[in-house]
Amino acid sequence: MNEALLRSLTPSVLGILVRRGADFAAAEDAVQDALVEAVRGWPADQPRDAKGWLVTVAWRRFLDATRADAARRRREDLVDEEPAPGPSPAVDDTLQLYFLCAHPSLTPSSAVALTLRAVGGLTTRQIAQAYLVPEATMAQRISRAKRAVSGVRFDQPGDVATVLRVLYLVFNEGYSGDVDLAAEAIRLTRQLAAAIDHPEVAGLLALMLLHHARRAARTAPDGSLVPLAEQDRGRWDTESIAEGVEILQAALARDRLGEFQAQAAIAALHADAPTAEETDWVQIVEWYDELARLTDSPVVRLNRAVAVGEADGSRAGLAALVALDDSLPRHAAVAAYLHERGGDLATAARLYAEAAHKAPNLAERDHLTRQAARLNARRCR
Amino acid sequence: MAKYLLLKHYRGAPASVNDVPMDQWSPEEISAHVQYMNDFAARLEKTGEFVDGQALAPEGAWVRYDGEGRPPVTDGPFAETKDLIAGWMIIDVDSYERAISLAGELSAAPGAGGKPIHEWLEVRPFLAAPPTITE
Repeated sequence: MNEALLRSLTPSVLGILVRRGADFAAAEDAVQDALVEAVRGWPADQPRDAKGWLVTVAWRRFLDATRADAARRRREDLVDEEPAPGPSPAVDDTLQLYFLCAHPSLTPSSAVALTLRAVGGLTTRQIAQAYLVPEATMAQRISRAKRAVSGVRFDQPGDVATVLRVLYLVFNEGYSGDVDLAAEAIRLTRQLAAAIDHPEVAGLLALMLLHHARRAARTAPDGSLVPLAEQDRGRWDTESIAEGVEILQAALARDRLGEFQAQAAIAALHADAPTAEETDWVQIVEWYDELARLTDSPVVRLNRAVAVGEADGSRAGLAALVALDDSLPRHAAVAAYLHERGGDLATAARLYAEAAHKAPNLAERDHLTRQAARLNARRCR
Repeated sequence: MAKYLLLKHYRGAPASVNDVPMDQWSPEEISAHVQYMNDFAARLEKTGEFVDGQALAPEGAWVRYDGEGRPPVTDGPFAETKDLIAGWMIIDVDSYERAISLAGELSAAPGAGGKPIHEWLEVRPFLAAPPTITE
């Protein structure tokens, strides 16, 4: 039984049920039931038309549930309305589901959970494990989210930008667990890119592929973080890089720049450099300028300061840093790095220790503490 | 089985024997420490005694209700004298003695000079649900 195939069919099967008149929440439950049945029954006997099978079983489950708890008349209406089986607009349905699950009325965490279940076909248990919360909590989050969007008309066009933000969140919150959220985010973005022709969707897909390509090199065997400059570039996934670059180039050629394309361009320039020393920092600074223009984000300007430090020397980098609020996350870490490059090891060590104190996660804290320790050890010698 | 909370402090606990701030260790000593902690948790998972382990950031604030229609009052950052929890591990073990012995092992994590830190850890039993048979 091919779980990947099953999961890829989830959004179109769900879309068909909703188009037939099932309300979204009930249809989503029915599709999950059908998926569970397929996982159990298919190893022995996989149907030739997997999607048709899922639609039939899910629809039957939906009718059973409706019969059990809803008014008889509503059910009869639905049975009467059931359309003849035939070709269905799979692509449109998939796209509508992305919009629905990323609906602006949902909080980010609800949108993420709903997307993973209704579009990704993951079970509540898998999503709960991935986000380290109890299954009952995740079940509530998903059912509240479903209720929140149940009144939304399925054929309203949505905003691609909200969908992209949700997928970006899934990719970026790389918690551990059975499910590889980064790989899942790539799969869902790829599926979205097939359903809609939009340069920012391509930009996000390229960005994910380029970052994912470096994953194996990003942690040492002991689990500690390896910064970009020290990564073994031989361990980068060249296939993933090539695909990301190709997708990005096609998107950029359309001349509708957006923040994800700009971020991907920066990632591509890093991927392009055979060694850290050969990185084209001047171009990277230019892309950060574009990105700052597009987003006006202080985090972008903080990263830009690092790039300026590499392109024009640490003094220029520190000058770029002066304009920024020092309460920004990672401000101290960036300042420490630039001071170290400028040769002021005592200040750098102090700032690394301060940055470790403010680190948002354990891996970064350990890394920054090690940086402080490395400089302190060197100064003592 | 009974659950115990092993609490680690940034400050507020009695001073440990090998009391050197981590950024004064060597990078190798830090790696050895992290490895020891990971191995310890992994071993407890294997023995079926591990429940949860989390680390806390050193920053935070006091918060309290300030009456109907008013936003909560906050007081932060914490004063230098505040007892500050760094993190915890929850274990589910057969006896108090086992909890004490495991906390002792955790406290032996290597620190500066590769020597055990001898850090003071707080061991707190959970108040459990009442048993079915009481008489």
